Amino acid sequence: MISEKTITDFVYREADLLDTMQWQAWLDLFHPEGRYWMPLEWQQQDPVLQPSLMYEDLLLMKVRIERLAGERTFSQKPKSRCHHLLQAPQIIACDPAAGIFKARTSFIYTETRGDTLERFSGWASHDLVQVGDGLKIKLKRIDLVNFDAPFGNIQLFM
Amino acid sequence: MAKYGKNPRAIGGLVREAEVHRDVYVDPEIFDLEMEHLFPNSWIYVGHASQLAKAGDFITANVGRQPVVASRHTDGSIHLFYNRCPHKGVKIASEPCGNTGKFFRCPYHAWSFKTDGSLLAIPLKKGYEGTGFTDTQANNGLSRIKNVVVYRDFIFARLSETGVGFEDYFGESLSTIDNMVDRSPEGKLAVEAAPIRYMHTCNWKMLVENQTDTCHPMVAHESSAGTAIKVWQREQGDSKETPMAVQLYGPFMSPYEFYEQSGIRIWPNGHGHTGVANSIHSNYSDIEGYLGRMVAAYGEKRAHEILGEVRHNTVYFPNIMVKGAVQILRNFIPIAVDRTLVESWVYRLVGAPDKLYERALMYNRFINAPTSIVGHDDLEMYERAQEGLKTNGNQWVNLRRLYESGEEADVTAVINGTSERQMRNQFHAWAKFMTMDMVEPVEAAE
Repeated sequence: MISEKTITDFVYREADLLDTMQWQAWLDLFHPEGRYWMPLEWQQQDPVLQPSLMYEDLLLMKVRIERLAGERTFSQKPKSRCHHLLQAPQIIACDPAAGIFKARTSFIYTETRGDTLERFSGWASHDLVQVGDGLKIKLKRIDLVNFDAPFGNIQLFM
Repeated sequence: MAKYGKNPRAIGGLVREAEVHRDVYVDPEIFDLEMEHLFPNSWIYVGHASQLAKAGDFITANVGRQPVVASRHTDGSIHLFYNRCPHKGVKIASEPCGNTGKFFRCPYHAWSFKTDGSLLAIPLKKGYEGTGFTDTQANNGLSRIKNVVVYRDFIFARLSETGVGFEDYFGESLSTIDNMVDRSPEGKLAVEAAPIRYMHTCNWKMLVENQTDTCHPMVAHESSAGTAIKVWQREQGDSKETPMAVQLYGPFMSPYEFYEQSGIRIWPNGHGHTGVANSIHSNYSDIEGYLGRMVAAYGEKRAHEILGEVRHNTVYFPNIMVKGAVQILRNFIPIAVDRTLVESWVYRLVGAPDKLYERALMYNRFINAPTSIVGHDDLEMYERAQEGLKTNGNQWVNLRRLYESGEEADVTAVINGTSERQMRNQFHAWAKFMTMDMVEPVEAAE
């Protein structure tokens, strides 16, 4: 039975897999139709006909991850590392009967490479579905508080 | 210690026939001189008229380092001003865009101005009577930029009061903007969203040069485009259609021969484009319903002519690049000698199927975003160059690829697509527009 704690544990584990760069285990958290979305507008509704920073399916996420390890990926020499600091997830929906599980989690994200360190603040929204006994990601949405500011490279996942 | 100021000979000496001195990228004095001379002497992109649809609409922008505001007046005309109140210098508009109603009102002391910039009212007006106020510049309202041209809804400005006229400056290069606009069945583009913004810690000219650098994609983007092709080949299974994403990434890995035959066209004043015969944008899937609407609007022959012109990147000197085939404009906004803000705009083709807009937005986030893996490849190269150029062992950047002695400047020509001639063309224009308002411009000094 999926409980609120199951959702909370899932959100923590997902961030931990990113911080420890267990990329394959992280990809395995996604439903085959799952998406990773970083909107470019406040309370954006449409990922297709409105601009986004990222709107990626599994194929594109795999490309991104394989690229990180590429012999000729010069923007990863030296490599980036990241750190997620999460507030306790807020459970938006936990309805096993309807199959709806949603959480919203406030975060501070740090990405570092060489001597540079960049910090980002925002909210991660998880839209999850039950597959077997566990949960999979249908949509992970990252809303940055300053989505409209110009950033330098963001090479890993928030 | 001023080395280049008021010294057009020294500036001219930075640009050899096929080499440029590293100071053009790393010297803060050169950057300041670009802001004082090159940008004011050139025609700079400000914005798009669709952002000023209604009376009272305004946008803010920078022309070089100068903050400006463009507005739509009640009579439908477009005006451009320096963005400061004539009283104490407070910016009268602080947002990227908005509607100011019938007038601009300074938030500090409530001086107000009509949307054509003229002074409307000052509180306690009596206090200015007999003070000589009417003889001051403030009495004229907002300081207006006179040289503004709206070409097919693209707003350009030249800050210098004198200089090269718009038509002479751009000449035939305007054909790329024409082609982009003509791709709308209604001959109309619309800005519907904010641009993707990406901060680069490098000199603005590195980005401009890279637009016609056809010998880097298969090398620098092997990491991104090469990986995309590899992953797709492995994962495609029995899918019949190549996803739009792979169609957009894939052509970056085209071999040298592809770029050689596709060609580069150069124009006078530093403009030029890649993809003359064909380009990386040539083989995208047709979008259902689009050709039909184009044929209905233009007729069979003209519609195919418009869609058959698939240019790659067009550089409008000094600092924008236009992609007609995917309706994108990239604005390389200089912030400091080693800092450039890139704003990448997408235009919607009015009257075309949504799928074209979807594809343009996708291209923009794949290639031009701070989250773009192609962007990561490029920025890494620019940052390394910005650092590497500080070394003293060799102070020259080599632009000699396919150089022919006696190469003419300020001409129109179509050449091998792997030539660095467009970069040489840009630097010829750079020296010209840097020094044309100095006492002894470079052409005269030669």
